[in-house]
Amino acid sequence: MAVIDLANPTRFLNVVDRVLPWLAGVTALVFAYGLYRVLGAPDDYQQGATVKIMFIHVPAAWLSMMGWGVMTVAALGTLVWRHPLADVAGKAAAPVGAAFTFICLITGSLWGRPTWGTYWVWDARLTSVLVLFLLYLGMLALYWTAEDPGRSSRAAAILALVGAVNIPIIKFSVEWWNTLHQPASILRTGGSAIDPSILWPLLVMALAFTLLFFTLHLAAMRNEILRRRVRTMQMMQAQHLAGAET
Amino acid sequence: MTLGPHADFIVAAYAVTVFVIALLVAWVVLDYSAQRRVLGNLEERGVTRRSQRPDGAKGGL
Repeated sequence: MAVIDLANPTRFLNVVDRVLPWLAGVTALVFAYGLYRVLGAPDDYQQGATVKIMFIHVPAAWLSMMGWGVMTVAALGTLVWRHPLADVAGKAAAPVGAAFTFICLITGSLWGRPTWGTYWVWDARLTSVLVLFLLYLGMLALYWTAEDPGRSSRAAAILALVGAVNIPIIKFSVEWWNTLHQPASILRTGGSAIDPSILWPLLVMALAFTLLFFTLHLAAMRNEILRRRVRTMQMMQAQHLAGAET
Repeated sequence: MTLGPHADFIVAAYAVTVFVIALLVAWVVLDYSAQRRVLGNLEERGVTRRSQRPDGAKGGL
């Protein structure tokens, strides 16, 4: 089957039904291995055991941005090709991305208190991630308050493209401004600044979180396609009943 | 393995993460069951989508 065939919602559902149990299984296995590596990882020489928060905070931060990236690509699919699956993909990514952004903010606060002595500062990195979370909430409000998916899709796509401006701001905020948040220590020129004994468990956990993101995203896309089918069938039933009465 | 003097912060961070992920998984699973149930009810009542009909006719159930 060609990749283009997945653009058909029925074929897409068939593929998701087959792939999802395997994806969920692999995700659970990678999580189990990742947590095993986290338990065996040494404490940081400065932060002590609080470095263990990094193994969930950093993957959640990456996925908070990736979630918006998925929505941005989906927005292009909605606005340029007007493909219904693109809007489904965007809508399904919003709650998953919002949840990972929430995890990023909370775990960051809980890491900040023992490390910096405060739960929160209005520095550029923390504030731009909070803005991302608020944008996610706005996107959810837009999707969940619109009765007709067709009406919300265009506005949501535009909001996704506008909000995409925030992603490079988050990424480079620690370089453009003087922040309490540390600069990039993994994805940076010159290679990672983290010792391999901590870096590898982090990368395994990042893979596990990424697999979880796509598992939840595919499952949420399947639900959204079914929801739209239900809506269509309910409208047809209502039309039929109205026709029978007249 | 000891979590040191800041164990509460570490445990709280992992607990929040597990709770949020559990909520997401529960939402996805329950939503799927709900949509399947409603679709099943509609199909039992003879409601079909146009693409499911052999003639692809408009209108009617």
